[in-house]
Amino acid sequence: MNILCAGLNHHNAPVDVREKFAVGNHQLSETLAAVRAIDGLSGAVILSTCNRVEFYAASLCPVRAFDSLRDLLRTRSGLDAPLYFHDTPGSARHLFRVVSGLDSMVLGETEILGQVKKAYAAAAEFGATTSHLNKLFQHAFRVAKHVRTETQITRGATSVGSVAVELAGKIFGDLTGRRVMILGAGETSERTARSLVSRGVKTVIVSNRTYERAAKLAEEIGGLAIHFDHWHNAFSDVDILICSTAAPHAILTREKLAPLMKERSGRPLFVIDLAVPRDVESSVNELEGVFLYDMDSLEGIVRQTLDVRRSEVVRCEKMIADQVGAFVSWLKRHQGLRS
Amino acid sequence: MDRLLLIAATLCFLASFGYTLYALGAGRFQPGRGNFVAIFTGFLFLSAFLYLRGKAEGSCPLNSLFDVLIFQSWSLVLIYLAVGSAYRLSLLGAFTAPLAFLLVLGAFLAPINQQPVPRAVLNPWIEFHAALSIIAYGAFGLACIAGIMYLLQERQLKSHQVSPLLYNLPPINDLAVANGRLVWLGFGLLTIAFAAGFLSQIPVHRVKFVASALIWGGYGVLLVLKRLHTLAPRRLAGLSIVVFALALLTLPGIQYLSSRP
Repeated sequence: MNILCAGLNHHNAPVDVREKFAVGNHQLSETLAAVRAIDGLSGAVILSTCNRVEFYAASLCPVRAFDSLRDLLRTRSGLDAPLYFHDTPGSARHLFRVVSGLDSMVLGETEILGQVKKAYAAAAEFGATTSHLNKLFQHAFRVAKHVRTETQITRGATSVGSVAVELAGKIFGDLTGRRVMILGAGETSERTARSLVSRGVKTVIVSNRTYERAAKLAEEIGGLAIHFDHWHNAFSDVDILICSTAAPHAILTREKLAPLMKERSGRPLFVIDLAVPRDVESSVNELEGVFLYDMDSLEGIVRQTLDVRRSEVVRCEKMIADQVGAFVSWLKRHQGLRS
Repeated sequence: MDRLLLIAATLCFLASFGYTLYALGAGRFQPGRGNFVAIFTGFLFLSAFLYLRGKAEGSCPLNSLFDVLIFQSWSLVLIYLAVGSAYRLSLLGAFTAPLAFLLVLGAFLAPINQQPVPRAVLNPWIEFHAALSIIAYGAFGLACIAGIMYLLQERQLKSHQVSPLLYNLPPINDLAVANGRLVWLGFGLLTIAFAAGFLSQIPVHRVKFVASALIWGGYGVLLVLKRLHTLAPRRLAGLSIVVFALALLTLPGIQYLSSRP
């Protein structure tokens, strides 16, 4: 018995092609049934995400099954799918790379593991899996865990907003009950604030030169709006300050902040300056208890994180190669026992 | 037998320390069960050693500088095991192991008497005083370690550099809280120990009294300043390292004077 994998992903097909072959939840049972009806194919799992549509199946004659699968997809979409094809052990290697985040658009992202688990669970629910597929997917989940634990492939955050949230966690620990102030209602600051709110931040105070805009954003994210001239009055309770005004000069200087910090009883202050030109004087970072990050430093961390992840790829590939070997050994043993 | 126990404890602390250095060097340190098991095993060996030593000396084994250094190492690990997990500061163990290792190694290598010394005067208050004082030093030692971790984490956050340490060190706010609470704990224990010392009514050398009072007062001043919000966490971290270093330096002198009227 062989395991075949056929599909298309962000490497070989643009989104307008991928979307033609996407399998929504409502089409899943019908598509699984159609795939399983292919002659010589037993069992199937369909993984359909925004970046990939992949079919995993057990078959005695994978090349013929692949041709039939391509015909089926052509019939359903009216297009020739630019499918890639892997037979054992390539299919196992491909799945192990996918669940480990090595094949993802953002190297090392972890969401894909949940998506694969969901796809496998759905196929199992429809009775579409076989012992070979069960073993393959269970093995893949173990590989993903092993790779994540033993390497730094998932280490760090890979967007400016998520870096800011991660740094807030490294400064305050639990963000529950923390207070955020937004100066200047920009798009990035709004996204960052929303991420912080999702992590338990208690209050968001929005201040903007145009009060109406501050009020609108405050209403959207469940915060409070204050007039721009009064922001420093609410400052002493704030833990995280996000600046993104269009001011041509620094609105927060060391001279202004130093006396305000004395009122904070040693509580740290995380300042995220997303504005260009910058809203916060860089010497503010030298004040005790103040941690200032501007766009360059946040993007620098994203770059460093991706560098770290890229440097881990070789180690991940080695682990995966070992695990593919283990899976193929099992497959051979299993087939030997059956014959 | 007792020497073997001590060597085993030293090796356990060295193993934990070595693993930390190796993992940090490889850029993939994750505080794990291995570190904890090594430290806990080392603690068990040290406890067994101190038990045998106490039996041989007929009192709490704090009758020589050798005893004090071993007991100090033991109390440091004791406080770590007691509070480390409560603060979820698992990396504290990785930093505790080297200090515990250096204290035991110092006891081994220093040109001091390593033979059991029976206590001249048996007084339960003075035994309580001595043991609790060293345990208080254990809390101060751990405060010092939390202070070192605070300064490291602050450096990471201020410099905007990503390293495995940034992700593995606890949040800087938690470290500041742990640092303050451990100084409080040590100060409280030392105050009780001093009260027990007074109750023993045994005269002490004036220099020992002054040195001990200065250390107690030093930590007291830190706490008062912290309470008055005039001492930022960074300074508390730095000063808790300095005061503990001074306390360790005065330890041989205090021990020497303890054996004299």
